[in-house]
Amino acid sequence: MNAPDDLKYTKEHEWVKVEGKTATIGITYHAQSQLGDIVYVELPGEGETITKDETFGVVESVKAVSDCYAPISGKVIEVNDPLAESPETLNEDCYGEGWMVRVEMSDVSELSELMDQKKYLAFVAEETA
Amino acid sequence: MTSRTPLYDEHLRLGARIVDFAGWEMPVQYTGVIDEHRAVRTAAGLFDVSHMGQLEVTGPEATDAVQYLTTNDVRKMTDGRAQYSILCNERGTVVDDIIVYRFSSTRYIIVVNASNAAKDFAWCKSHLKGNAAIRDASDEYALIAFQGPLAAEILAGFTDVDLAAIPSYHFRQGKVAGRDAIVARTGYTGEDGFELFTAPSDATPIWQALLEKGKARGVAPAGLGARDTLRLEMKYSLYGHEITEETNPLEAGLGWVVKLDTPEDFIGKAAIVEIKRKGLPRALAGFKMTDAGIPRQGYPILIDGKAAGIVTSGTMSPSLEYAIGIGYVPRDSAATDTEISIDIRGRARKATVVETPFYKRKVTSE
Repeated sequence: MNAPDDLKYTKEHEWVKVEGKTATIGITYHAQSQLGDIVYVELPGEGETITKDETFGVVESVKAVSDCYAPISGKVIEVNDPLAESPETLNEDCYGEGWMVRVEMSDVSELSELMDQKKYLAFVAEETA
Repeated sequence: MTSRTPLYDEHLRLGARIVDFAGWEMPVQYTGVIDEHRAVRTAAGLFDVSHMGQLEVTGPEATDAVQYLTTNDVRKMTDGRAQYSILCNERGTVVDDIIVYRFSSTRYIIVVNASNAAKDFAWCKSHLKGNAAIRDASDEYALIAFQGPLAAEILAGFTDVDLAAIPSYHFRQGKVAGRDAIVARTGYTGEDGFELFTAPSDATPIWQALLEKGKARGVAPAGLGARDTLRLEMKYSLYGHEITEETNPLEAGLGWVVKLDTPEDFIGKAAIVEIKRKGLPRALAGFKMTDAGIPRQGYPILIDGKAAGIVTSGTMSPSLEYAIGIGYVPRDSAATDTEISIDIRGRARKATVVETPFYKRKVTSE
């Protein structure tokens, strides 16, 4: 398992990196590992709004389709477009080159509902036990 | 209740991810579906398919009994032959797709899908005609599929069976790694390869011997994930997807194993004759996506913007590196180059009907 200590996490295995009002969002190491070879990614467009706990994107492995749930609400200000051409980046570097979208948060208080690294690792351990 | 095959511990040792499949704890992947898929296409892959069922039909009238149960012409078989076939019900729809192995005119083994094994046994038992008996022999066999361009060469080093004397859809009995085995040249990948029936206790040593020998040349264990993408590239039907009790074999493109011209009857024959007389409204087509997106089972197929068919299977093809799918379309939309769309999460994505199999095996010097 691998989960950096400077990120926040959801129970749906997304991560959030917060810098001021900007949140960068991706899926965790555990998520990509469970999915297996990722072959397709669908992300929202720049300027679209995403809503906490609602689907903002789709990740597909060879076998299956998985929804990605927004950890926070806000407006998409940047999309990692190269992922469309090289979705395997999500397997190779999910916390770095595999980031998905950057969002201008509309309600920073939503962050308090996310898990820190320690809680997330415990959650994954329990889920996979 | 879940069952484990004799190779279960081996799968764990190899780091497999285990999933429940039809009540069996099976490896879905070891290192990754794409790697395993490519290993099978370029070297060889080892699959544990011990979850599949084996029904043994014996008796003086076993041939007649199997002829009546199955749609293909069993009387054409000789000892040591295998035949792809179908169990149909009286409505002419598919109970299961199977492979029939003839050991003699009085002994056959029918290999059935794991998900249908109990149903098939009950079905065959209750429809068994004449002086014949049937029993579920599934517990007596482990089944290893060894598939890929290197399979024959590597297996030859472990067996006294003359593999060159086993053409496709034939089998022989002999030794593999010093243990009794039935060596059949059958498979579900589109590659040359073998299926090895062994006693459950012999499966692990045979598996380990082949893997150990082949490892350096790219041989890898392959899970159910790769099994699915490999069969999909060949447009081989999978029960529960292309064929079900709601589909008939003709619309599924399996008319070549339904022999209507024989004098003998089989279950469903009258219904299929009638289905054929009326004409088939739909056909199973293979298509490639030209827009982004991956087709999946259950997605609507759109013709001129209207829902007119349904996807039965789809994936990103590891060999071709684009998305492919199989689905039922109206008969007049099944021709190669027909433009269709797939409704992927509410958006119409363009696709084109293509010739199948999607993947064509490279011609080898064999």
